[in-house]
Amino acid sequence: MIELQDAAYGYGGGSLLSDINLRLAPGSFHFLTGPSGAGKTTFLKLCYADLHATSGRVTLFDQDTSEMSRDDVAQARQRMGVVHQDCEFLDHLPLSENIALPLTVAGRGGAEQDGNLSELMGWVGLSARADALPPELSGGERQRAALARAVITDPDVILADEPTGNIDWEMSLRLLQLLVELNRMGKTILIATHDLALIRAAKAQVSARVLRIAGGRLQLAGADL
Amino acid sequence: MSALSGLLDILKGDAQADRVVPRRGHSVRLTLFTSGAMAFLAVFALALSLASGRLADRWSEALARSSTIRISAPAAQMEAQIWAVLEVLEQTPGVASARALSEEEQRDLLEPWFGPDLPLEDLPVPRLVEVIETAEGYDPDGLRLRLAAEAPGAVLDDHTRWRRPLVRAAERLRSLGWISLALILGSVAAMVTLAAQSALAANVKVIRVLRLVGARDHYIARAFVRRFTLRALTGATVGTALGMIAIALLPSAQEEGGFLTGLGFAGLHWLWPLTVPILSAITAFWATRAAAFKTLRSLP
Repeated sequence: MIELQDAAYGYGGGSLLSDINLRLAPGSFHFLTGPSGAGKTTFLKLCYADLHATSGRVTLFDQDTSEMSRDDVAQARQRMGVVHQDCEFLDHLPLSENIALPLTVAGRGGAEQDGNLSELMGWVGLSARADALPPELSGGERQRAALARAVITDPDVILADEPTGNIDWEMSLRLLQLLVELNRMGKTILIATHDLALIRAAKAQVSARVLRIAGGRLQLAGADL
Repeated sequence: MSALSGLLDILKGDAQADRVVPRRGHSVRLTLFTSGAMAFLAVFALALSLASGRLADRWSEALARSSTIRISAPAAQMEAQIWAVLEVLEQTPGVASARALSEEEQRDLLEPWFGPDLPLEDLPVPRLVEVIETAEGYDPDGLRLRLAAEAPGAVLDDHTRWRRPLVRAAERLRSLGWISLALILGSVAAMVTLAAQSALAANVKVIRVLRLVGARDHYIARAFVRRFTLRALTGATVGTALGMIAIALLPSAQEEGGFLTGLGFAGLHWLWPLTVPILSAITAFWATRAAAFKTLRSLP
């Protein structure tokens, strides 16, 4: 599904990530940890072809990302749900339309959108904020909305960059529950997070591998997690 | 996205896709105003071109088939010379008809320069004979020789001298009208390109978000193309309507008014301005499409 082979990424002559080897198999659940600035966000960007590896190879749905056209990347992203750390939205559209945006751009609006949207907005506790514009939302609301937007298309893979960074523990657990249920339905999940408590809570429910980035390399985290 | 399907998409529309690009921005007013103003000017350029075309045809046809014989003679000989000229003309092959202008007609011809109370009978004004040719025409050199023999005061003016530059001027004017139209459409394309580039640059964040959720560049470009095409169409429709009203309010064509009062549309020519909004929309479609794809290619 997503595979990195000897992948490396650097800029300005320096190397941020090197010798990255990882295969995200269908239905797997991974956490990615590491200190701030270690390259977790860069790693995720390599996974959804927002950045290209400076050496090595990254394949996305069996296609080498360095050889993918813009249309290929767009098509691949329609099969992925990505929660970005900065939770960017279209500020001129109400929240409900922002959450439905992946369906809109994929030409899957209408009945499918109506059905998924109301259920999902209820799930993330944003039903009452459907008509609010993104600048009116709190940080936590933006993160919940970003997660809802990432899963609305029922994607094969969900990549989330610090999805619980600005929300309370109770809501974090609810969102985790949603991701665990999606994983049980066969979705592949990769979450980059600092939140060790969240990882422990997940491991109590699902078989998750925990990876750590340190010194620009990917390692399997210790059993203490 | 082929051009045809792109245009059909524009007409069909997609309410949801349209909303992904913010409607605000100075490019809205800029596009509407400029396409309206350009359409207004285009209507005048079209009117100029069509009117000068009609004029060129009219002058060309009318002057080609007529000529004038000017007779200068003492008053006592004038009538005899007129009769002599008419007799010569009657026997000349290629002359369809000939007649001497009456004093009233000559007074009418001179009135614009000398006023209505011209004492024509007291002035040594030459008499004029109007000659209408057949389609084959006559031999002007032969006629001049015969006139010199039969009526020494008669001078043939076959209009060739001043007909050619007039017709050439009218044809140039018609060409200038078409060139103006092309320049106006070029200006619309340039303006729409600049406005579209400005709108795309102001919406880099929107483009980034759309790409991250899986939007193809065609989808993003279409949202901008549709918006600018419809704005250009709206502006040009208003500009064309105002231009046509202004043309309709011009004084109607009259003989004594000459060229200026003939500036306008006649008959089916009134349908021509209706192509201006369509041409503006097509121009805006292509200009925005090119600008959008160029900008999208340049964004990471």
